[in-house]
Amino acid sequence: MSTTVQTQTPSAETSEPPVRRKRKGGGAGSAALTLFTWLLALGFFMPVLWMVLTSFKQEADAASNPPKFFFTPTLDQYKAVFEAGAGGYLWNSVIATVVSTILVILLAIPAAYAVSIRPVEKTKDVLFFFISTKMLPVVAVIMPIYVVAGKLKVLDNIWTLVFLYTAMNLPLAVWMMRSFFQEVPREVLEAAQMDGASLMTTMRVVLIPMVAPGIASTALICVIFAWNEFFFALNLTAADAATVPIMLVSTMTSEGLYLARLSAASVLASLPVVLAGWIAQKQLVRGLSMGAIK
Amino acid sequence: MSTSTGAARTGRPRKSRAQAPRRSDAWQRRLPLLPALIFTIVATQIPFLITIWYSLRSWNLLNPASDVFVGLSNYIEIFADRTFRQVAMNSVIYTLGCVLIAMVLGILFALLLDRKFLGRGVVRTLLITPFLIMPVAASTLWSVSMFNPTFGLVNWFLGIFGIPAVDWTSSHPVVSILIALVWQWTPFMMLLILAGLQSQPKDVLEAAQMDGASSLQTFFFITLPHLRRYIELSVLLGAIYVVNTFDQIYLMTAGGPGTSSANLPYYIYQRAFLGFDIGQAAAMGVVVVIATIIIANFALRLIFKGFMSTEQN
Repeated sequence: MSTTVQTQTPSAETSEPPVRRKRKGGGAGSAALTLFTWLLALGFFMPVLWMVLTSFKQEADAASNPPKFFFTPTLDQYKAVFEAGAGGYLWNSVIATVVSTILVILLAIPAAYAVSIRPVEKTKDVLFFFISTKMLPVVAVIMPIYVVAGKLKVLDNIWTLVFLYTAMNLPLAVWMMRSFFQEVPREVLEAAQMDGASLMTTMRVVLIPMVAPGIASTALICVIFAWNEFFFALNLTAADAATVPIMLVSTMTSEGLYLARLSAASVLASLPVVLAGWIAQKQLVRGLSMGAIK
Repeated sequence: MSTSTGAARTGRPRKSRAQAPRRSDAWQRRLPLLPALIFTIVATQIPFLITIWYSLRSWNLLNPASDVFVGLSNYIEIFADRTFRQVAMNSVIYTLGCVLIAMVLGILFALLLDRKFLGRGVVRTLLITPFLIMPVAASTLWSVSMFNPTFGLVNWFLGIFGIPAVDWTSSHPVVSILIALVWQWTPFMMLLILAGLQSQPKDVLEAAQMDGASSLQTFFFITLPHLRRYIELSVLLGAIYVVNTFDQIYLMTAGGPGTSSANLPYYIYQRAFLGFDIGQAAAMGVVVVIATIIIANFALRLIFKGFMSTEQN
């Protein structure tokens, strides 16, 4: 059971044989394959590139046929998005995402401890219970949530979203944290307990620092899903608690086809998660597989 | 799992003595789990129980007097509902179609990335980006910038090859949504498969090469069997998310024309929040949940078994 995150390291360490393997294909074939890969990647990325380009256009350039690849870039659309009140939506999204992620981590750490290091009986059943709630279609619970939230007067309240996003990401986080806890050598924890450290101290001083990278990648996954969530936001918020995805929808419906402005709003909406994902590519794999793939 | 050290230390000559510390030990173990467990039960199971209750009532939000107990009649109506069967079929098409196509593309991309070449990091970054784009943004991007009949990029591109313009989202709504879904989920599959490829023991591959296996043989007889559990896991996890697709349908076609491109989540949403028919919508929700749980639980235990057993040694 290795602790290192291994993605490319094996080939880097045993550098000789893979290099020889590649030479076999011949220089021309290899170059052609590289070119093919690049073209494929650019084609696949094209919609994103197009969105970014469009966001720097004037509306007239955006809705042109044939499409304009060269134009005078402008920041007008970004200005317009902020003038239309993007700040409020962004703030709501930040609250819903950050607070729910913190809550998820606080709840998931002890729970993961109880299904890995000092496991309760029927650990597997507990784990399957958690993941089975991920399979519960949200649409099957939205009606009671809507009705109850209405009775409690918490419709269009950002804390309702915080609560729901916590519930949405918690099962995932328990699974992920468990996989990180399982990599902590038992001897270290036993040694701490021998020295008379209490459970809380062991957790705080020994365990948490050791799994800090794991906590970071769990948080990353929670942030991605909370930031992008649309269904709850659509049904449970209106003017006050609306988040960024709602901003996009209202840009689309209220402004008609203002393509460039919509693109600018889309770029702004996607940017935080895209940047986070780019930076933490390796953690992404483990998070998406709920900790199963290291 | 191994017996706890606490129980082992206090000898157990008589039952009554041994059970007391054992029980408190069990509670000590449960305690850290409880906050998360209770939270999850409150947030997911209780609403679901209420949904079951709603499903037995005939309740239209616009008509409070309609809220009476009707037994199973909502369920009977669902099974007689042609539209329900049609959107259920769409759900299957979206889920299977997206997961399978994204998986094939994902394997292809992962194989291309599993070699050293100039700019590999950049290419990987470009390829994972669609997954990171906010689904709402991706949906508007596809429905407006890509598929727009007059200035969309797709028709312009096809026009280069002399293919006449198509109004994608109205003439081919299911295909359009499927394309947007595949675009977003291919990177997910690619990342998981790539991790699988890179976990292959290099000596086995070399041995195969020494023995004169062609790269195609190596792929089918060594790589693919090794990837099997990665593929199963990615298919299952992808399906869990894709079956709940809502954003793309809401924004690209609104389920239309008619209900031709709606899936179950969208149709239930429509019945509840546009038709205000809570009883019917709740009954559909219950049916979907039962179906999902039967299918997924079976698949889940099967697939995670492999990963869990290797983890525990």
